[in-house]
Amino acid sequence: MKYAIEMRNVSKRFTTAAGTEVVAVDNVTLEILDGEFFSLLGPSGCGKTTSLRMIAGFELPTAGEIYIHGKPMDATPPNKRPVNTVFQNYALFPHMTIGQNVAFGLEMERLPRAEITRRVGEALELVRLSGYENRKPHQLSGGQQQRVALARALVKRPEVLLLDEPLGALDLKLRKEMQLELKKLQREVGITFVYVTHDQEEALTMSDRIAVMNGGRVLQVGTAAEIYERPVNRFVADFIGETNFLKGTVVMATDEPDRYLVRLEGGAMLMASCEHPLQPGQQVVVAIRPEKMHLNGSRRFGPYADNHVHIPGRVQEIVYIGTDTHYDVALEAGPIVRVREQNSGVFSPRLALLGEAVSVSFDAAVARILVD
Amino acid sequence: MAAEFVSTGSRRRGFWLMLPSLLWMLGLLIIPLGLVLVVSFGRRDTDGNVIYTFTLDNYLRLIGFSRTYPCGSTPPPCFDPLYLTILWRSIVLGLQTTLLTILIGYPLAYFIARAPASRRNVYLFLVLVPLWTNFVIRLYAWIIILRTQGVLNTVLGWLAGLVNLPFQPLEMLYTPGAVLLGMVYEFLPFMILPIYTSLEKINPSLYEAAADLGANTWRTLWRVIIPLSMPGIVAGTILVFVPVMGTFIVSDILGGRQVILVGNLIQRQFLDARDPAFGSAASIILMVLTLAITLYYTRRFGFGEEITSA
Ligand SMILES: Nc1ncnc2c1ncn2[C@@H]1O[C@H](COP(=O)(O)OP(=O)(O)O)[C@@H](O)[C@H]1O
Ligand SMILES: [Mg+2]
Repeated sequence: MKYAIEMRNVSKRFTTAAGTEVVAVDNVTLEILDGEFFSLLGPSGCGKTTSLRMIAGFELPTAGEIYIHGKPMDATPPNKRPVNTVFQNYALFPHMTIGQNVAFGLEMERLPRAEITRRVGEALELVRLSGYENRKPHQLSGGQQQRVALARALVKRPEVLLLDEPLGALDLKLRKEMQLELKKLQREVGITFVYVTHDQEEALTMSDRIAVMNGGRVLQVGTAAEIYERPVNRFVADFIGETNFLKGTVVMATDEPDRYLVRLEGGAMLMASCEHPLQPGQQVVVAIRPEKMHLNGSRRFGPYADNHVHIPGRVQEIVYIGTDTHYDVALEAGPIVRVREQNSGVFSPRLALLGEAVSVSFDAAVARILVD
Repeated sequence: MAAEFVSTGSRRRGFWLMLPSLLWMLGLLIIPLGLVLVVSFGRRDTDGNVIYTFTLDNYLRLIGFSRTYPCGSTPPPCFDPLYLTILWRSIVLGLQTTLLTILIGYPLAYFIARAPASRRNVYLFLVLVPLWTNFVIRLYAWIIILRTQGVLNTVLGWLAGLVNLPFQPLEMLYTPGAVLLGMVYEFLPFMILPIYTSLEKINPSLYEAAADLGANTWRTLWRVIIPLSMPGIVAGTILVFVPVMGTFIVSDILGGRQVILVGNLIQRQFLDARDPAFGSAASIILMVLTLAITLYYTRRFGFGEEITSA
């Protein structure tokens, strides 16, 4: 198995102007496969940019080692690394035309003029900006500048392309378009993309694999489905999509491995899985996605099975959003959970009335026990 | 209605706000300049008073054709390139000073702009500190350093003594070199500050983008940073070249009688030779020359052309 990028126990500490020490990246170990679309996802300030900048060579790790295609980078300067960056603010050279911007990297390699011209043309064609060679960056829209930045990096044919929130400055519609376009482009050129974003939806839709970061650490690495369906802790479950958290206490371990009997606040009992070993009496949270919960009221009773858990509550809010309707239900034990019912019928009526006493139910198999 | 009222009101207020500077320009620039122009076409009588006529004699004399004054021992009309030499010397010195201040000032400005934010203000402060001491006093300090028995010669003599070399004190003061040194020393801050300002405006990620695309420090400088700081270089050039062309104090103090510039020529016509008409003509020529060179230069390199950094 060949890794495009390996980070081995990489840490980065900064000393701020005030003299305090910030741990921006904390003992991160990552293996990014050749040719994959890999995202670093996490809230602002979690160390995504710093990680990317260490791969690019703009920052050197305080500890640990970074390998690009197996070669240790040590203190290799950015201009000697086989990676290129698409900067968040594009960082196009304002005094150069689009053509000159894209040609810059090839001129630095001292390639023959004819080859430069040909490759610049190809790169601009790839991002659908042929004919814009003689414009200046400020004459282009945000989305076009974004594509120039992409062409300028891709024209170098890097082994790895690093992208730091490249769509951050675009409006929503353009963002969605560019997401698809980027993904398509990545498949076409087959280059490894390391993509930084704080937008979980963006990461889920584009990535082959995602690393979820918080506080300088990598919490979980996996495919979109793995991270969504099997979050390892409360932070990941909360950050990726919506999750209902129910407090509970471990009653006992079952005969099956990794499965425990848990008593929820309010008394309901359920059997759910957890990869961590748990002790009877331990406080845990049980996470269930809103779309995996059902609403049972006077107008409809949800699917029923023996292993379904039912919890009584009262409808507090109903929000119709077209594809789904959200029901916020205040459970008798205290917490408010959200149930998401799909509007798949010809005309989807409300399943309950505001203020109505209902129960929410879910298949115990979809519940995950989280320790922290 | 309301909008119209506001806009007329603010236009009127704009006029009143501009009035002081308009009066200032009129009283201290346009009128005196007009007077100088009028006087430059006049003639001097034997007592040193100006006779207001219209003659081009002063201008002709400046470019070498003297109709009323002898050229050395040759009686007029005669040809004397003295003033042309002075003009030429001033231009060359102005260009040399500008070039040297760019060569010295650019690295300094670059160093300051790339320093950590907390230290930049200290460096800028150090650039400005000399300006707090009087100009003339600082030039006298250079006399102490440069003269035959001065600091520099003493140190050099001592060093030569250490290695048993014969040492002849160097004649440094009252040479064109001393004047150039004084000019560079005097005007360096006026080059550093505008260059610093334009360097500081450059988006720091452009340095990284250049490095990312394979440029080393030098090529980043040549291809990206220097072109983007051209507005600062142009502004600095004007701030240095224009006053160097006109000043007479540096050449007076460090050049003695050896290095005479247009500034000295004009000063002497007004104070010593008591020929304001000729002095005025020299002033006008100086102004036109300076303006022509600056205009050519700004046309060539663009003046403060704002390049919006993406
Ligand atoms: N040059 C720096 N000096 C001091 N602190 C920094 C520096 N760069 C980043 N940090 C700090 O490191 C942490 C991680 O920053 P960053 O990698 O930019 O996060 P992200 O890109 O995930 O938003 C933040 O707390 C930030 O303030
Ligand atoms: Mg960031």
